[in-house]
Amino acid sequence: MSETVEKTNERMISLCHLAKKFGENEVLRDINLEVHRGEVVSVIGSSGSGKSTMLRCINLLERPTEGDILYHGDSILAPNTNLSAYRTKVTMVFQQFNLYNNMSVLKNCVIAQTKVLKRTKEEATKIAMEYLTKVGMDAYINARPAQLSGGQKQRVAIARALSMHPEVILFDEPTSALDPEMVGEVLDVMKSLAQTGLTMIVVTHEMAFAREVSDRVLFMDGGYIVEDGTPEEIFRNPKMKRTKEFLSRVL
Amino acid sequence: MSTFDWIIRLVSEYWQSFLVGTGNTMLMALVGTAAGFVIGLLIAMVRTIPIGEGASPFRKWVFRIVNFILNAYVEIIRGTPMLVQALIIHYSLFVPLKMHHLLSAIIIISFNTGAYMAEIVRGGIMSIDKGQFEGAHAVGMTHWQTMVHVILPQAVRNIMPSIGNEFVVNIKDSSVLSVISITELMFASKQAGGSYSKFVPAYLICAFIYFVLTFTVTRILRFAEKKMEGGASYTICGSQSDPSAEIRLTKQEERIGE
Ligand SMILES: Nc1ncnc2c1ncn2[C@@H]1O[C@H](COP(=O)(O)OP(=O)(O)OP(=O)(O)O)[C@@H](O)[C@H]1O
Ligand SMILES: [Mg+2]
Repeated sequence: MSETVEKTNERMISLCHLAKKFGENEVLRDINLEVHRGEVVSVIGSSGSGKSTMLRCINLLERPTEGDILYHGDSILAPNTNLSAYRTKVTMVFQQFNLYNNMSVLKNCVIAQTKVLKRTKEEATKIAMEYLTKVGMDAYINARPAQLSGGQKQRVAIARALSMHPEVILFDEPTSALDPEMVGEVLDVMKSLAQTGLTMIVVTHEMAFAREVSDRVLFMDGGYIVEDGTPEEIFRNPKMKRTKEFLSRVL
Repeated sequence: MSTFDWIIRLVSEYWQSFLVGTGNTMLMALVGTAAGFVIGLLIAMVRTIPIGEGASPFRKWVFRIVNFILNAYVEIIRGTPMLVQALIIHYSLFVPLKMHHLLSAIIIISFNTGAYMAEIVRGGIMSIDKGQFEGAHAVGMTHWQTMVHVILPQAVRNIMPSIGNEFVVNIKDSSVLSVISITELMFASKQAGGSYSKFVPAYLICAFIYFVLTFTVTRILRFAEKKMEGGASYTICGSQSDPSAEIRLTKQEERIGE
């Protein structure tokens, strides 16, 4: 894992004055963010601060109420956006895995490739096997999601996302639903991904991961990005009082 | 003659029409349930189309109107007896069109079942965890792809008991279609009884046959449901060192999380 990957200045995702309200409830306020190719960005913050909502807006599972989201400089909120194609490039991994319960592990990783990317079944299977092997789940291709442990499910979910050959993967607390002894196996997979040049935005409560693996850490509170800096800056010298308070609670 | 003797006599004289009646009853129930399921599935799929904030006003209006019509169909059919529906539809539509009675009956029962199925399928779709939709959307699957490949297979499997129940209900409720002169079981019994003015023995035969039908069907369905719960184990495919190795694991807590 010693290969160095150049972080470029190529902008992948830009959030411009993004806001999201659920009725009267302002969950995101004036979010501005630029994520470049190859960056691994961790998002930390207390419960209800809007971390998930921000990720869900980027994947357009939620529609922002104000502001814009740019992907390679183009707005994805424009009416002519091919949402399906965009989501194959900027995909998401969930806390609850969300594997398709009616399909085997292999089929979980193949179905969107054949239906969305129109790959042949052989090609899709080959790609799925490649990533299932990478996450160490190649032995379980015939298993149903209900037969797997949480850690195994999450690794399959990661393989499913990777099979689409995305440029960005959004992770929403990928280890929060896991028993403690399974957190490691998923984090290991994510660490190895971080080295490959994949762009990752990771909402996490794993401070060690945020600190050691990410290039950048965002601290969110009350719907704002309160602080945005290198792990060193955030964990060693947080500028904002709220960041300090949060870190003293979780560390 | 005792009632028992009359039963023997009616069966030996009219067994053929009882048989035809049973056949027609089963035909109507079977086709009606299947067609009703298809109608219900289509309606439920239309009614669960998400209409996002981004949709154009035109789309919203079309959706609203279509929804109104479908809701009206479901509510009216569910809110009136099939007997009344049968009489109205048959005499206003099928008689003038000189349609075959059996076909007419099958259309009526399908139309009726469709309304119930629409609600059953919708319930099935709504019972599926939101995460299943999101997992599919997040990798780019469209609403229809998600429905066809992920949601409906799970929803249909979950509602299998209700579908079977509709079938059993249809076996019994098709009896009201005797009013439009279909030689189904009820009609056959009425004729047999009428020939000697011995209705009670005829209807006892009738009740017995209905019971055998519904009881058998219920058992078969329950068996099928068990079968559908799927294999109890899965196979781990070979390791790198031994590609042909297969290890069978037993299923644990398969229903959890489903
Ligand atoms: N669909 C929704 N409708 C209404 N309110 C919502 C919805 N989704 C989230 N919220 C509200 O938005 C706020 C932020 O939620 P969000 O899930 O983004 O927080 P979070 O930072 O991810 O928290 P956690 O660490 O608990 O996951 C919460 O107050 C929540 O109640
Ligand atoms: Mg969250």
